[in-house]
Amino acid sequence: MANIVVLVKYVPDATGDRTFTSDNTVDRVGVDGLLSELDEYAVEEALKVVEAGDGEVTVLTVGPEQAADAVRKALQIGAHKGVHVLDDAIAGSDAAATSLVLAKAIEKIADYDIVMTGLASTDGAMSVVPAMLAERLGLPQLTFASELTIEGDTIRIRRDGDAATETIEASGKMVVSVTDQINEPRYPSFKGIMAAKKKPVETWSIADLGIEASQVGTAAAWTKVLSFEPRPPRTAGEIVTDEGDGGTKLAEYLASKKFV
Amino acid sequence: MSTSADDYLDLDTLLSPDEIALRATVRAFVDERIKPHVAQWFEEAHFPRHLVKEMGDLGLLGMHLTGYGCAGRSSVEYGLAAMELEAGDSGIRTFVSVQGSLAMSAIHKFGSEEQKQTWLPGMAAGDLIGCFGLTEPGAGSDPASMATRAVRDGDEWVLDGSKRWIGLASIADVAVIWAQTDEGIRGFVVPTQSEGFTATPITGKLSMRTSIQCDITLSGVRLPADAVLPDVKGLKGPFSCLNEARYGIMWGAMGAARDAYEAALAYALERRQFDVPIASFQLTQAKLVDMVLEIQKGQLVALQTGRLKDAGTLRPEQISFGKLNNVREAIEICRQARTVIGGNGVTLDHSPLRHANNLESVRTYEGTDEVHTLIMGRILTGISAF
Ligand SMILES: Cc1cc2nc3c(=O)[nH]c(=O)nc-3n(C[C@H](O)[C@H](O)[C@H](O)COP(=O)(O)OP(=O)(O)OC[C@H]3O[C@@H](n4cnc5c(N)ncnc54)[C@H](O)[C@@H]3O)c2cc1C
Repeated sequence: MANIVVLVKYVPDATGDRTFTSDNTVDRVGVDGLLSELDEYAVEEALKVVEAGDGEVTVLTVGPEQAADAVRKALQIGAHKGVHVLDDAIAGSDAAATSLVLAKAIEKIADYDIVMTGLASTDGAMSVVPAMLAERLGLPQLTFASELTIEGDTIRIRRDGDAATETIEASGKMVVSVTDQINEPRYPSFKGIMAAKKKPVETWSIADLGIEASQVGTAAAWTKVLSFEPRPPRTAGEIVTDEGDGGTKLAEYLASKKFV
Repeated sequence: MSTSADDYLDLDTLLSPDEIALRATVRAFVDERIKPHVAQWFEEAHFPRHLVKEMGDLGLLGMHLTGYGCAGRSSVEYGLAAMELEAGDSGIRTFVSVQGSLAMSAIHKFGSEEQKQTWLPGMAAGDLIGCFGLTEPGAGSDPASMATRAVRDGDEWVLDGSKRWIGLASIADVAVIWAQTDEGIRGFVVPTQSEGFTATPITGKLSMRTSIQCDITLSGVRLPADAVLPDVKGLKGPFSCLNEARYGIMWGAMGAARDAYEAALAYALERRQFDVPIASFQLTQAKLVDMVLEIQKGQLVALQTGRLKDAGTLRPEQISFGKLNNVREAIEICRQARTVIGGNGVTLDHSPLRHANNLESVRTYEGTDEVHTLIMGRILTGISAF
């Protein structure tokens, strides 16, 4: 029996133009967004775990109104229920404040064995929330799992590092983050899309979680984004036409850039 | 890249959130599982059989049928799925049409409860493949002239004859075969392992290379008495299945056209001649504009047809309108898109000519342009010109 809470984030569509709000944080309201692709691996892994045994998958998101789309998508893929923490005060929260909200929400969900997350969000890309959350919940953390096996209440993961591959395990309640190597996420089936409409989704404010407005949002952030500059667009590459001397031209080019 | 062909007129406002979600699922599937490999499959004349189960899991097979493991979705949703699949390749959409709209729908509409229980759940799941044998070497546009015969011999039926152009037959588990009997044309559910049933793939195709079509010979195939589809006699049996498939085709063709347009637009913005992107030439812009006009109109035709179908008021001759118009326009769009890509456009690196070649089959099967013109002409004038 494993009840799993999967954290899902609503992120701006990476194929669209990234825009920023006046406080230099990513605009999550005025742009098209979707369920962070990296979170799909966590949803898939959680579903595999409960399908192999039993239990339920609850997806949890903290985000603006449209973040309900991320919850809905996860429910379409197969999660059983959703929780959306929605509160204007949360806008502009940093990772620390976000992890506070998540921790309180998870405590409120209460009936869980595993908290599962993706390896990072595709917008913020900090990868710190799982660790912060484990700290706040006082739980062991198994991060960057590329493979996961369960035996009783023990979970063993494989973590592929640059220099070595580790096998790590923990028992009892825990936080697990998974990489994009762990599985092949399924597509929401047509039946899943229909079934999702009947699945329960609760919406909580920070007051429901016993959090003060002063603990979250831009004002409470430990760090501040001072400025942002969009990267200049990539310039067109140089095409070398091979007229028998392609190799020489290539070597000259590399030499001119001091690569050789 | 601009998605203007997809939604220049904000046609998405005519769709429900469920319809859009379903389309997004199929589009993601096509983008990830089909588009990266389709040129190679086409070149090698390979049918990606491994996708059958995946399409079953999605709910694509027999998706507009209800019960027996089918997804029970609307006609508009079925159309949207066909459009996305054909943006990948007509061959894949053809498989889904043959499986769902022809083979499964024949059993679903006219089969006994036992036939439905035996075949439909496995076909919906993608564990079993079905085919639909109507056309013969000597009977194409005029199926009434078919020569395949089924005769009663005691408790059994005995089938003799041949079929041609039958999609998936060589890998199918079950074939719905239409044959002459003493009581007119009837349909038979034939396990392909039956003695006397042989299917040979047709080779040398310049079109629809990612799917399989076969010659079938039936020599003394013996079937139990209950192999016949009990609930239909006459050509209205196969025709009502064809109507299902034809309906999907009018959407599918617009998917191929949209993909060709997107390829042409991307190329036109990138490719430079006379020091400017070729998209800056008025002649190129005119081509792109014409494509968008026809894609949008075609999608509206398909959507209106789908809404009529879901309302239960669609008349067969209305399907002819969309099948004729949309496939004809789609071929034209794909060919124009090919011209934008110039010499590179004749390779498999770009989709338009592949789509155009596929659409040659699409304009021929499920009623040729001429046949649909005659159907519409008969409605307009009251005179049958067949
Ligand atoms: C890729 C592919 C897949 C197919 N899959 C299947 C399948 O799964 N199952 C199946 O049963 N069949 C299938 N078919 C067969 C298809 O339905 C036939 O090819 C189609 O019905 C046309 O028949 P025909 O090829 O014999 O052409 P014909 O009927 O011989 O037609 C030749 C030409 O004559 C024209 N013509 C015929 N009659 C008239 C008329 N009265 N007035 C004016 N013009 C006329 C036609 O329009 C056409 O231009 C498939 C075909 C292809 C190419």
